[in-house]
Amino acid sequence: MKSLSTEILVIGGGAAGLSAAAEAAAAGAKVLVAESDLHLGGQLVKQTHKFFGSKDEYAGTRGFKIADILLSEIDSCKENVEIHTNTTITGFYPEDGIFTAMRGEEKFFHISAKKTIVATGAQERLIPFPNNDLPGVYGAGAVQTLMNVYGVVPGKRVLMVGAGNIGLIVSYQLMQAGVEVAAVVEAAPRVGGYWVHAAKIRRMGVPILLRHSIKKAVGDQVITGAYITALNDRFEPVGEESYMDCDVICIAVGLSPTTEILSQAGCGMMYVPQLCGLVARRDRTMRTSNPDFFTAGDASGIEEASAAMVEGRIAGLSAASSLGYPTEHGKLDEYWGRLQALRSGEAGARICQGLECVLVNRWEDVSNG
Amino acid sequence: MADDLDLFNSGVLTGEREGAVLPDRTLWESKKGGVVLVECPQRIPCNPCHTSCPTGAIRPFADINDTPKVDHSLCTGCTLCVASCPGLACFVIDLTFSGDKALFKLPYEMLPLPEKGQKVWCLNRTGDCIAEGTVENVTQPKKDRTYVIHVSAPKEVVGEFRTIRAVK
Ligand SMILES: Cc1cc2nc3c(=O)[nH]c(=O)nc-3n(C[C@H](O)[C@H](O)[C@H](O)COP(=O)(O)OP(=O)(O)OC[C@H]3O[C@@H](n4cnc5c(N)ncnc54)[C@H](O)[C@@H]3O)c2cc1C
Ligand code: SF4
Ligand code: SF4
Repeated sequence: MKSLSTEILVIGGGAAGLSAAAEAAAAGAKVLVAESDLHLGGQLVKQTHKFFGSKDEYAGTRGFKIADILLSEIDSCKENVEIHTNTTITGFYPEDGIFTAMRGEEKFFHISAKKTIVATGAQERLIPFPNNDLPGVYGAGAVQTLMNVYGVVPGKRVLMVGAGNIGLIVSYQLMQAGVEVAAVVEAAPRVGGYWVHAAKIRRMGVPILLRHSIKKAVGDQVITGAYITALNDRFEPVGEESYMDCDVICIAVGLSPTTEILSQAGCGMMYVPQLCGLVARRDRTMRTSNPDFFTAGDASGIEEASAAMVEGRIAGLSAASSLGYPTEHGKLDEYWGRLQALRSGEAGARICQGLECVLVNRWEDVSNG
Repeated sequence: MADDLDLFNSGVLTGEREGAVLPDRTLWESKKGGVVLVECPQRIPCNPCHTSCPTGAIRPFADINDTPKVDHSLCTGCTLCVASCPGLACFVIDLTFSGDKALFKLPYEMLPLPEKGQKVWCLNRTGDCIAEGTVENVTQPKKDRTYVIHVSAPKEVVGEFRTIRAVK
């Protein structure tokens, strides 16, 4: 088994990982990026819509173009960056500080690194309902990958479950691909995503049924329809079920941070509902309780690409500086200023609450990590 | 009222709200080229409407999460914000187009692209067809595939008409 070594290992080549790599490499550190997928960009490559945020985070630019911008930034310091796509980090062994990596499905090797930035993004949540194992039930991420990466439409008529930003945006993208969206059902009494994203699909005639959820999928070999039901304030089904024709049921009920590697590295973890799951405690430099591990992006709490990119920059900057590379004074504060600006809205208030639980001032003052 | 709130909570503008303030009617009626209508009533971290506006009609944001504030008197109807807004929440409506028709300049990202002269259905905020319109022009101000479709339609629908569907 061959092995590789690097100064900074970045796990995950999405918005956060690419920003971290660019920042650390620009500071002079040697960086190795490991990405499971065949190409870099993470969630960004699937996003054909224009992003929000401010100019610093490329607002008004389509997601996949933002990935291109980050890649060209990395290209400009390519002598410091080694990229391994189709490469999954499968585990970390703290006893000897070794990562196991898998290229494709059969080539295994070791990686050792002085510092590691975990930017593994998130996993989709699914919900249980009868027949949810029939072909035609997809996570929203799969629908986006099929449609926007491979150019394949998932079906003719979709029932979307969940009106967060992902459910709303994927509905819009389905319509752009010529697929009918029968309805969006949302258990809460209001859409969870941005109001403007809801308005976009409402005016094209898509009903958004608040206080509604899916009851069961219908079909023999494949999905042919679904029963939906109204919910009361306690999210219990009330009234009659109604039937809806559809050949795809798309689940967009949320994401959870992907944090196994951080747990394996013994980083202090905490379950934080506002950040959507188990995340690592970290200080302002995105360092975890393990001084060699940093975290950024959705892996540190579900937020947005805009915040993921800034967190990635912070993690990259801090990892490089912890190795002794000189970094520009005041940059950390500048990045925190940007994060604070992004987080001062409605959705940001929730994130800030969550961060209060996991953010430590100085690790030296924390007794149990 | 409860119904109104449910409508709003599902993405349909009801009433006048912060971030969705109508232009003064007299000013609006006198402005050749039209005036912008912004329908963005929620605080979200976003500001391309302001950064794309060449005249300062969309006022600077003190906080990026603010809802947009508009000085309609500065607006020239240039549609740069229409094409830049990722929420497709900016529209320009020109009431000087003709006696009984207004010209609507609406963001559009669907295929096939309508052509000049084509008849289209005018849809309201819940997707109901409320009138027939005619495509007068198709532009692409930012050359990034968000098109701005100029449609003439009866003046009665200014308060409701927000997107189009091709007449099949
Ligand atoms: C439909 C949709 C619309 C969105 N719209 C917006 C928007 O308008 N504005 C906005 O700011 N944000 C938006 N987002 C959110 C944004 O895409 C994410 O917040 C952002 O991509 C997070 O970046 P990340 O780098 O943390 O994670 P990801 O982009 O998920 O990247 C993580 C990467 O890590 C890789 N990986 C995971 N585990 C391993 C491993 N063990 N080994 C190697 N590689 C691994 C994955 O393959 C993936 O490529 C949207 C998301 C979705 C799904
Ligand atoms: S139409 Fe032009 S002038 Fe008017 S607000 Fe938009 S960008 Fe500014
Ligand atoms: S650009 Fe559009 S979505 Fe963003 S704040 Fe302005 S009007 Fe709202």
